[in-house]
Amino acid sequence: MGDHHHGPAKGISRWLFTTNHKDIGTMYLWFSFAMFILGGFFAMVIRAELFQPGMQLVEPAFFNQMTTLHGLVMVFGAIMPSFVGLANWMIPMMIGAPDMALPRMNNWSFWILPPTFLLLASTLFMEGGAPAFGWTFYAPLSTTYAPPSVTFFIFSVHVLGLSSIMGSINIIATVMNMRAPGMTYMKMPLFVWTWLITAFLLVAVMPVLAGAVTMMLMDIHFGTSFFSAAGGGDPVLFQHVFWFFGHPEVYIIILPAFGVVSQIIPAFSRKPLFGYDSMVYATASIAFLSFIVWAHHMYTVGMPVAGELFFMYATMLIAVPTGVKVFNWISTMWRGAMTFETPMLFSLGFLVLFTIGGFTGLMLSIAPSDFQYHDSYFVVAHFHYVMVAGAVFSMTAAVYYWLPKWCGRMYNETMGKTHFWISFVGFNLTFFPQHFVGLAGMPRRIPDYALQFADFNMMSSIGAFIYGASQILFLYNVIATIVAGKPTSEEKVWDGAEGLEWTVPTPAPYHTFETPPKIDPAHAHS
Amino acid sequence: MFSEAKRLSKLALGPVLMLLSAAALAAGGEVNQVNMSPGVTEVGRQIYSLHMIIFWICTVIGIGVFGVMFYSIYAHRKSRGHEPATFHESTKVEIAWTVVPFFILIAMAVPATSTLLEIYDNDDADMDIVVTGYQWKWKYEYLNEDGENVSFFSNLRTPQSEIYNSENKGEHYLLEVDEPLVLPADTKVRFLVTANDVIHSWWVPQLAVKKDAIPGFINEAWTRTDVEGVYRGQCAELCGKDHGFMPIVVNVVSQDEYQQWLGEKQAEAAQIKQLMAQTFTMDELMERGKAVYERNCLACHGGAGEGGVGTAIAGSAIATGELSGHLNIGINGVPGTAMQAFGGQLNDVDMAAVITYQRNAFGNNMGDMVQPIDVFNHKKG
Ligand code: HEC
Ligand code: HEM
Ligand SMILES: [Cu+2]
Ligand SMILES: [Cu+2]
Repeated sequence: MGDHHHGPAKGISRWLFTTNHKDIGTMYLWFSFAMFILGGFFAMVIRAELFQPGMQLVEPAFFNQMTTLHGLVMVFGAIMPSFVGLANWMIPMMIGAPDMALPRMNNWSFWILPPTFLLLASTLFMEGGAPAFGWTFYAPLSTTYAPPSVTFFIFSVHVLGLSSIMGSINIIATVMNMRAPGMTYMKMPLFVWTWLITAFLLVAVMPVLAGAVTMMLMDIHFGTSFFSAAGGGDPVLFQHVFWFFGHPEVYIIILPAFGVVSQIIPAFSRKPLFGYDSMVYATASIAFLSFIVWAHHMYTVGMPVAGELFFMYATMLIAVPTGVKVFNWISTMWRGAMTFETPMLFSLGFLVLFTIGGFTGLMLSIAPSDFQYHDSYFVVAHFHYVMVAGAVFSMTAAVYYWLPKWCGRMYNETMGKTHFWISFVGFNLTFFPQHFVGLAGMPRRIPDYALQFADFNMMSSIGAFIYGASQILFLYNVIATIVAGKPTSEEKVWDGAEGLEWTVPTPAPYHTFETPPKIDPAHAHS
Repeated sequence: MFSEAKRLSKLALGPVLMLLSAAALAAGGEVNQVNMSPGVTEVGRQIYSLHMIIFWICTVIGIGVFGVMFYSIYAHRKSRGHEPATFHESTKVEIAWTVVPFFILIAMAVPATSTLLEIYDNDDADMDIVVTGYQWKWKYEYLNEDGENVSFFSNLRTPQSEIYNSENKGEHYLLEVDEPLVLPADTKVRFLVTANDVIHSWWVPQLAVKKDAIPGFINEAWTRTDVEGVYRGQCAELCGKDHGFMPIVVNVVSQDEYQQWLGEKQAEAAQIKQLMAQTFTMDELMERGKAVYERNCLACHGGAGEGGVGTAIAGSAIATGELSGHLNIGINGVPGTAMQAFGGQLNDVDMAAVITYQRNAFGNNMGDMVQPIDVFNHKKG
């Protein structure tokens, strides 16, 4: 507490030992961007190989390593840490707290990440290559038939889980204990709400994932047979355990994204969020339902028909609260006074494309139809609409939205809009045709394909290169802003923005809300 | 239900419809096909109609939602001088857009449930076929109550030269096999699906069957079609390196043709049984061995035994060394390499022939022979 009023320490030790939520948030954001580039590079290798039929660039075994690492790095390295970084920066500033509740643990939960991903990436150079069993790592391909590097993979997953759990506990503790007086739960910004619920999901399911990989470890090294039928185990058990984690995981990814657009759309519509209460309840119902739908990823494993029906009905139900959210966002825009700066463009892109992903999700939930969709490119299209156009677009919107507050400089609007339009076109060119080839029968995770899929795959690859290249523009714009953007000292960078973060000076000082702000009791949530 | 989908699609207009109905007409495997194919089975048609109903529901909702949104984007913009309203909740509206979708979903769940029950109705099959996934090929085993069981492997037939672009790709590139599954038309066929190593998934879109093949477990699926033809599919579950190279080809033929084919296969199987007990001459073994080699070993060991993915057989220490060592590699493979165990895939006659062939071709001239009984004894240990 002694050095409260000093600025940051100098040099590398500032970053190594920092307990400041803004520093840690910044590190999370940069780290996740680096992982986004790495995962994107793997994706480019995949799309380059799939540019034409025939094997051109890589061998099938290496191709599988690429798809696996791409999935793992994007999910665990890019999307999840980016939202934790955002939570670190914004939650204390949104609830009027001076910092996170557990600052030392905060430092630790970040710093165990980089070495873990270094370890994971180093498996590429190991004997037998990197893990090649998909980010869903189904046993026994990931146990009896796995390369030796699988042990390092298991260790990495353990550490990632540890980091996520620490991060979540910190967020829960902060939101529950550090709100400024008068900031009741139903006054919290939606971003805080969605993160609080996400944090509970994480604490609930990361241990399940840890359980899954521990059972793998035992099967591989200690002679157990959890997942091996030959020893009395059951490979399908693995899938149940994995998806009990995996389905809530997809909501862990999307809920904070919901939170972000729920901040941005009202700001640029200059009108309060429509249906705040129902947004909170919808988020909570989605979180609850996400625990009882996992086997919709397993319709073809041969479950009893009663099980299939249960999971089908429950999955269809999820569309209801998801729909409520979409309707609320559109009602927020309705009769507002909209402007379309880059954060708003990305939020609208999110809204349109996420809704399409939600529609295909609803289609996938119909079990009989899923017998045709499952493990085809249709599924690949679905989850990229929700994860890229959903989570990544919303994250990008968040960066443009809060960057001026973070660094006191304005980004280049023209470049931002250009980034949006190139991303939007590139994204759709990549993933829309994948619906077609999936429906026409192209399985996922294959390094080469039959000739009738050639045209759409080439389109897809071109789109991917465009989307990939547009991220360089993003990086350039962000760096140019930080280094030489037009300075701004307005507290409220956006005239329609609401919330405590817009009451602190711009750029946000190293310490904010050392004395809690006064919350106007009449003032509704932001 | 099929007609329901059609009615729905007649109601809706627009370019989307044209695009999709053109696609719906297309049978499977069309170039640039954009939609699911109804396939050639009743279940497939039901699935297709469910798919189209839910697609149209989503399209209509989507047009409504995006219509309102784009209208708002157009009309309620600051640049047009629109002043923001301040309303921000309405319990009535919230209830409406919770309840209405709920009923739409119930309407959707009814036909989905009945189709699912149909898919799960595995009883009263006319015949059973065991489908076993191997890394990276399929094995089919016809269970006949009377007479010989027929069983064979089905391997990718596309040559490496096409895959690695040194030759032009054929019409059925990656979707062709050496020996297709043959099914009679108008017969309820039950598949007992399992796997030998990792999880695979047996998927033929036109037959509307996708079932995971799980080692140690047997899943059931069924199909029935009256449309004769060749239907192609692929493994749908990541199963390792060559997951993309284990296609499925199903040949649906008339009952008569099927019976004839089965008869030939059974005779072949009976003949093999006989041959097992026979002793062969060098010439017989070499002739048979050459055929077996070209079908099973050439891809990796080369036409002149010069090697490739596999080591060279010409002058190989093993092929010119002790017989039992050579036999052992043929039967058990070399774990951890591309050299698989062929013991379960080749019958004893073929194994004897191919080993003999490798020892006496490509200038190896060992002069010794392997008889089926030697293979049998070696397997027994
Ligand atoms: C998918 C590729 C592949 C196919 C098909 C294949 N092999 Fe091999 N084979 C290999 C590889 C790789 C090795 C080298 C294994 C090692 O590292 O010891 C090998 C080695 C061998 C050897 C030992 C040669 C030596 O001197 O090391 C024999 C004998 C052999 N194979 C027999 C066969 C026979 C018989 C067949 C056909 C029935 C066959 N192989 C088909 C890949 C293949
Ligand atoms: C309306 C909401 C949604 C529904 C009804 C839904 C439904 C489904 C279903 C049934 C599948 C399984 C498809 C199959 O493998 O056959 C699936 C796959 C998937 N979904 Fe969703 N989904 C929804 C939203 C989301 C969201 C928000 C995300 C993530 C942000 C997401 C991410 C994924 C992923 C990653 C997969 C593929 C997993 C894999 O096999 O690798 N989904 N979805
Ligand atoms: Cu799911
Ligand atoms: Cu496979």
